[in-house]
Amino acid sequence: MIQNNLSLLLVVIPLVAAPIVAILPRGRLPWFLTLVVTFVCAALAGMQLWTIMANGAISYELGGWAPPWGIEYRVDVLNALVALIVSGVAALTLPYALLSAEKEIPEHQIPLFYGAFLLCLTGLLGITQTGDIFNVFVFLEISSLSSYALISLGRQRQALTSAYQYLIMGTLGATFFLIGVGLIYSQTGTLNMMDLAQRLPELTGLKTVHTGFAFLMIGFALELALFPLHLWLPNAYTYAPTVVTIFLAATATKVALYVMLRILYTVFPNGFVSSTPTGDLFVLSGIAAILSASFYAIYQVNVKRLLAYSSVAQIGYMALGIGLASAKGVTATIIHLFNHALMKGALFMAVGAIIYRIGACRMDNIHGLGRQMPWTFGAIVIAGLSLIGVPGTAGFVSKWYLVLAALEQQAFISVAAIMVGSLLAVVYIGKIIEALYFKPVAEANLAVKEAPMLLLTPTWVLVIANIYFGLNTTFTVGIAEHAVRVLGVAAK
Amino acid sequence: MNELPPFALYFIAALLVLVTRGTLRNIILLATPVIAAIHIWLNIESGTVSTTSILSLDLTFTRSDKLSLVFAYLFCLASLIATIFALQVKDTKQDVAGLVYAGSALGAVFAGDLITLFVFFELMAVSSVVFIWARGTERAIDAGMRYLVFQVLSGVLLLAGALVQYQATGSLAFDHIGLDSTAGWLILASFGIKSAFPFLHGWITDGYPEATATGTVFLSSFTTKVAVYALARGFAGEEILVYVGITMACFPIFYAVIENDLRKVLAYSLINQVGFMVTGIGIGTALALNGVVAHAVSHVIYKGLLFMTMGAVLYRVGHINGSNLGGLYKTMPKTTAFCIVGALSISAFPLFSGFISKSMVMSALVKEDYSYLWLFMLFASAGVFHHAGIKIPYFAFFAHDSGLRPKEVPANMLFAMGLGTALCIFIGTQPQYLYALLPWEVDYWPYDTTHVLAQLQLLFFSALAFVWLNKQGLYPPELRSTNLDVEWIYRKFLPAGLHRGLIFFRGAREATMTAAIAPMHSIRRSFLQSSIAKYHLSESWPTGSMVFWVSIILIAYLLLDFFVY
Repeated sequence: MIQNNLSLLLVVIPLVAAPIVAILPRGRLPWFLTLVVTFVCAALAGMQLWTIMANGAISYELGGWAPPWGIEYRVDVLNALVALIVSGVAALTLPYALLSAEKEIPEHQIPLFYGAFLLCLTGLLGITQTGDIFNVFVFLEISSLSSYALISLGRQRQALTSAYQYLIMGTLGATFFLIGVGLIYSQTGTLNMMDLAQRLPELTGLKTVHTGFAFLMIGFALELALFPLHLWLPNAYTYAPTVVTIFLAATATKVALYVMLRILYTVFPNGFVSSTPTGDLFVLSGIAAILSASFYAIYQVNVKRLLAYSSVAQIGYMALGIGLASAKGVTATIIHLFNHALMKGALFMAVGAIIYRIGACRMDNIHGLGRQMPWTFGAIVIAGLSLIGVPGTAGFVSKWYLVLAALEQQAFISVAAIMVGSLLAVVYIGKIIEALYFKPVAEANLAVKEAPMLLLTPTWVLVIANIYFGLNTTFTVGIAEHAVRVLGVAAK
Repeated sequence: MNELPPFALYFIAALLVLVTRGTLRNIILLATPVIAAIHIWLNIESGTVSTTSILSLDLTFTRSDKLSLVFAYLFCLASLIATIFALQVKDTKQDVAGLVYAGSALGAVFAGDLITLFVFFELMAVSSVVFIWARGTERAIDAGMRYLVFQVLSGVLLLAGALVQYQATGSLAFDHIGLDSTAGWLILASFGIKSAFPFLHGWITDGYPEATATGTVFLSSFTTKVAVYALARGFAGEEILVYVGITMACFPIFYAVIENDLRKVLAYSLINQVGFMVTGIGIGTALALNGVVAHAVSHVIYKGLLFMTMGAVLYRVGHINGSNLGGLYKTMPKTTAFCIVGALSISAFPLFSGFISKSMVMSALVKEDYSYLWLFMLFASAGVFHHAGIKIPYFAFFAHDSGLRPKEVPANMLFAMGLGTALCIFIGTQPQYLYALLPWEVDYWPYDTTHVLAQLQLLFFSALAFVWLNKQGLYPPELRSTNLDVEWIYRKFLPAGLHRGLIFFRGAREATMTAAIAPMHSIRRSFLQSSIAKYHLSESWPTGSMVFWVSIILIAYLLLDFFVY
């Protein structure tokens, strides 16, 4: 029973739990129920990935209506992996959320906060499960609307403006996506992805299809915060409550990236990337993102904002991999998609632990705290090394594959950009470490103690994962290569 | 156990040091180099190769031949001396960094492939910067950051070179590389940073003088010597290195003569000495390469000794400016004596260690008919004596009496310096033991009449020049001044240039904006509104700017799609 309905349960459980959590009384009950739901979802996503690895893709007909008329949930290795990342990060964030949310969110809003969190989870998981392109739009709206609410819960008043900006941009992105879907529907008469995949190859000459494709891509480039459409991201990540930042940084952009891959390689025929400006624009904006966002990151005085800019740069690496449009490039993108969730999750969690203790994270607030919070500091160092791409960490594996993919096409400018990006990462991570460890402690912070276990444990789970997946690559590389085979990306 | 690569011993010790304190920690610190050396002696023979499979790559952690073995023993010895010298410093981060740094240097000389080498390069970079940062001053932290960027850049270039090589040949083995391919040049640039090629040397003269009193001893022993080893393995006989090496040997002399910070003088003379080694690598004959290895060995010992004596002064006095020192021999007689032996060694006085190794490189130059270059090297040798041999001991311990009466340094520091001194004299008088360790057959004996006489003449005339200049008052006085070197380009010129560029850019942008908006205003006046200027070009409200970008990209995409592709 569970086995057959896995993909549906992943969406339905958090959806049903969300309103229940929202109306629960104050206290720790809402948190506990959310915790249970996220753990169940993570377990289901794990089972789903395992089943698919063993038996191949799952197709689930919603309400028994056969596709292409009914809505189909269709899950292969790629979306099973993304679903696992989303629910796994949610499950790791929740133990962390208990203390962090109590500190940062007014007490009476906590049940609503967890309700919105579950809705956001529903939306993100829904996008990964569905095989229907209009359904993607619906789930995108669910996750976006709830994340606007989540971001606006931040303590500072700028949280409201950032949420508003994000709302404008998110809505714009979703609208573009919808226009794209509409244009393509007008030519093909179907919304099912597999059905589209069969009909589109003979229609690729049509200008309407090309225009629709452009709308789809730009709509999701906005959601992905692809340079130069990233301007909403630094504000949103900086002012959102820490738990929300952790969750969104590790999942939302990954899901957007997944949709891009799905549209590029499953829905549209394979050569479409290279016969349109898509590939080149991805490479261009990827390189620009790596260089400019890393550079901006160096000059940030707020650590969360610094990490947010670094996220824009890391999205650049993934875009570069897609733009290379080869099996190796897409493999690198999928590997980095997974690894980046690990490292950014760990970094934001560690910074959140500092915020939990001193209530701020500007560079001049955190002087010398590394010596008083050694475990938090250790987490920042290791996750930072992973972000830089030092061997023995997950970040190295991603960069290794990305550089190989670029070299395969003699794309030396891309290789140089990747290398320079690593150097810039050394500088901005170095700045955090310098402030945390080598500057004298401010008098006011002399009594600051190490963060509580409940915050440290999830952080260190991610930190250890960074090292584990840096040494043992059979899981990440194996799945990425499997996914690339399923997508049918041609080698170059 | 037999298969254990030597660097692992150091890394295990680093972990143990983290959890121990006091005497137990000191025992671990001192025992590690000894155990590592014994382990290499017993278990790692010339010709050992052992491979481990990680990341679907076969990494060769241990590949030993006579070349790597000499360097391995040298590094064990150097880390032992530096550790003894630093024993009174109770600082966990420096203790751990020292072990990781020395261990990574060992790992690098045993690395059989470029990826392993890259890993150890990066580990050396990250661990060594701790010695600079540990000083804790604002200057040191900034200098450390610049140092780290250079070191990591070197690693990144190596990785890039390795990947290009892998793409081209499918092999990552670290053997002779040569300069026939892009990969070769990338890797040469990487090694060039580490061995302080001209214009790439800023990190030494910028970073080393800012490190802690004991940290510089570690720093001076490993990074550049690993680079010399790597060059000797990868680029032996590339003629361009002869000229690079000679430039390195000559230009620092001028800086060293006018520099006031005595540790910075030593940093310049370090570049000068590495210049001799790079020249030898460029010549590439068995004699030259033997000379390079022998010179690396004696250099690590006497340069370590000199940095230790200056560290001792810094430890007691608190600064190391030539202009404010002098007369210290009265209260620090032992340190003075050690410093003089180090100075005699670096100046290649007969009977001291520099002589028996530098003369090999010089002889190789003559044998290969580089006579003009030999003259340059002669100048460089005279210069070394001038700035390192005379200037360092003279200004620190003699010269005008500064009135400072510091105590002699603690026993462990004296012991470390004594050990270095003993080795300098031992190698200088009994070179046959060092020659026996060299990678190629040695048929060379430095003590013949021509050699000894020529060297002594050179040294005495150089000393005469110093005395005469000093008496006439012509010698550049020790001034508290800043001397401009290439690092000025990235410390001052580029930031200032960037700043000006930004101001110019802003000015230009504002000018264009005003120029663009002025007609808009007139249009507004005529059309009563100008939503374009208000919403699409202003950046103060990012939402408008983002929407602007969205439309630009959509239009650009569609235009490209329809008309270009």
